[in-house]
Amino acid sequence: MSEIDMRSLWKAIEGYIPLGRSGLLPALHAAQGLYGWISEPVAEEIARALKVPLADVHGVIEFYSLFYNRPAGRRVVHVCVDPACALCGSERLVDDLCAQYGVTPGQVSADGEITIERSPCLGLCEHAPAVWTTGGDRWWIGAPGSERTFPPSVVYGSVRWLTVHCGNGTADLARYGPYRGLEKAYQMTPQAVIAEVKASGLMGRGGAAFPTGVKWEGAARAEGWPKYVVCNTDESEPGTFKDRVLLLDDPHGVIEGMCIAAYAIGASRGYFYVRGEYPYLVPILEKALAEARAAGYLGNGFDVEIRLGAGAYICGEETALFESIEGKRGFPRVKPPFPTTHGLFGKPTVINNVETLRNVPIILERGAAAYRSLGTEKSPGTKLFCLSGDVGRPGLYEAPFGITLRELLEMAGGVDGKLQAVLLGGAAGAFATADHLDVRLTFEDLRAAGLPLGSGVVMVFNDQRDLRRALLRLAEFFAHESCGKCYPCQMGTQRQVEILKRLVNGRWRPKDRQRLQDVGWTMTDASLCGLGQTAASAVLSAMALWPEWFE
Amino acid sequence: MTIQLMMDGREVIAENGQTLLDVTQRYGIVIPTICFHPATTPNALCRICVVEVEGQRLLQPACIVRAAANMKVQTRSERVMRARRTILEMLAATVDLSEAPDILAMIDEYQADPQRFPEAHPRYVPIKDDNPMYVRDYSKCVLCWRCVQVCAEDAQYTYAINFSGRGYETQIGTFFDQPIPETTCVFCGQCVGVCPTGALKPKREALLEQGLMPEQIVRLNTGRRRRT
Repeated sequence: MSEIDMRSLWKAIEGYIPLGRSGLLPALHAAQGLYGWISEPVAEEIARALKVPLADVHGVIEFYSLFYNRPAGRRVVHVCVDPACALCGSERLVDDLCAQYGVTPGQVSADGEITIERSPCLGLCEHAPAVWTTGGDRWWIGAPGSERTFPPSVVYGSVRWLTVHCGNGTADLARYGPYRGLEKAYQMTPQAVIAEVKASGLMGRGGAAFPTGVKWEGAARAEGWPKYVVCNTDESEPGTFKDRVLLLDDPHGVIEGMCIAAYAIGASRGYFYVRGEYPYLVPILEKALAEARAAGYLGNGFDVEIRLGAGAYICGEETALFESIEGKRGFPRVKPPFPTTHGLFGKPTVINNVETLRNVPIILERGAAAYRSLGTEKSPGTKLFCLSGDVGRPGLYEAPFGITLRELLEMAGGVDGKLQAVLLGGAAGAFATADHLDVRLTFEDLRAAGLPLGSGVVMVFNDQRDLRRALLRLAEFFAHESCGKCYPCQMGTQRQVEILKRLVNGRWRPKDRQRLQDVGWTMTDASLCGLGQTAASAVLSAMALWPEWFE
Repeated sequence: MTIQLMMDGREVIAENGQTLLDVTQRYGIVIPTICFHPATTPNALCRICVVEVEGQRLLQPACIVRAAANMKVQTRSERVMRARRTILEMLAATVDLSEAPDILAMIDEYQADPQRFPEAHPRYVPIKDDNPMYVRDYSKCVLCWRCVQVCAEDAQYTYAINFSGRGYETQIGTFFDQPIPETTCVFCGQCVGVCPTGALKPKREALLEQGLMPEQIVRLNTGRRRRT
């Protein structure tokens, strides 16, 4: 241990020292980039530099799956085993890779070269089975040997508002053009900007569908300084990859949205919180932010920083995300108070999803009335859908709200085989069947049908698939990702896995049906945050659709 | 200023700013709590105190939700009872509750079945006996967080302990699992004082339970071990 070269560590973390505790995740990333893992003396050095208690530093390292406090292979191969990839043989891929390198999952090879890990959704569902390889501060899409450092975008749609620049590589500022929406906003009062966004009827695209204008109004009215705009780029809902495509191909569309939000609420600082599995977004965003600064859109009272997560689905929950930026374990906070008044660093904050922010410049540039020309009265505009699984052309699809599930599947080349079910909304979603094919995909129609739109996941399962296995995998996902704070979710996600294992292994017990329901409803009713409240959603929907499986 | 609200069908009066839990205490309505402690910041994490509030989609934790005028609260509705019972049953399948009399009493009261979850994987951790003042038996830990809170800003500002792991595998832990004497612990004993389940126990109590006499314990001279 003593021969660790601390001088290179100091150099790597020097820039984060002024940030104090909020520099903890960046410093840990930098250290791991240097050494491949974070040893005790390195953690101690970081603690001293940032003035964070030792036990807290350890607590943070332990919370995030992508931080290693014991040696990992020089390259770590993350194989996604969540449903969309499982349909494409990811478990077999894990076995093959393990055999190739003579290791078991999670084990470091004898030469210290490689670790193969089963991974939760990598947000590469249209490229299933997805593999992501990391090595120090480098990464590759695919197994070792791949030269690819970012995933290709596969974009379709009957209309191209949000995806107008997507599918042809990253649009730089020259291709994106001037920030016309922002320029228009500057000619209006902040109140008028908020009124325009409210008039557009824009609803949050991260899953909760909260009216964006109302959120902005709350933060604009809140007392406190500074105010923050956070772009929630922790896209981790299994089956979701839309935000990755938007930022990879069209970062300026989102940065412009953040600038407009900042003007509307009077924010001086913004953050991109990028999920740890999307490090390839960081250089793209850095370049785009530099272009925006050079053009004068940023740096005049508002600027944006990037923070990289480290493998924790819960950090997509807005208050857990704040905790993570603040350098803590990603525990969700109790609400109220809400982020609009007590957000990042306890200050008034607007936090919006990537896709939500991408809508904003369109609304400002064209006006709310023109924006409402697509979609329905209660769900105006267009929506991004992430199609994966047994469908002809998996990929990102843009369509106006109101398209039916049948039309969407047809646009994507139809179902491969005979349709059994569609998982809508991701792991936190619910199953639709052939009976739901003519449901219009809008917030109101889906609510009436008892289905979630969530983040726009449309994961297709044909009739050859064993959905019980998919349910078990979803349950394992939540057990892996529960933060452990509140009892219903901490223990309920574990009990749910144990019961579903019996279902899959043919050891179903007489009272398991009632057990599974009690666990599911207790999580739904009593959990502290949205993760626990939706951790049984897919299971409960399957129990309602196919009660015979659970007899 | 006082507020009027309905609780279990009867009219009750609350002071402005009181939580629902505060209100119940004045009226003899019993709401169970596990993580709540008057000396620590409430985190509303055990969720055993949840109640049903009319107009709210989700059950609400009584320990932090403030009473509001005309609120209609059910403290023992069917949904509330199912949540409390299931939480207790899951806890019994996870943790050794043998020295948690309050929780055992709740299990009786809510007719929770401690054997409800067969083949459940309990959270077993070997006993940590690494210092002269207290013994840590985390198989008995319900993760109420009180020890971590009093070790930090709620009392002592010592920061000797935090969490390790995540989710079901969460544990209370020190920096890289160091023994307590090597941490910043000042042996104030506050963590032991707020532990509700015997997961933290004074060393002397543990030795007495092992059958030692006080005189023998003194001869062990445990109090003069290395303290760094």
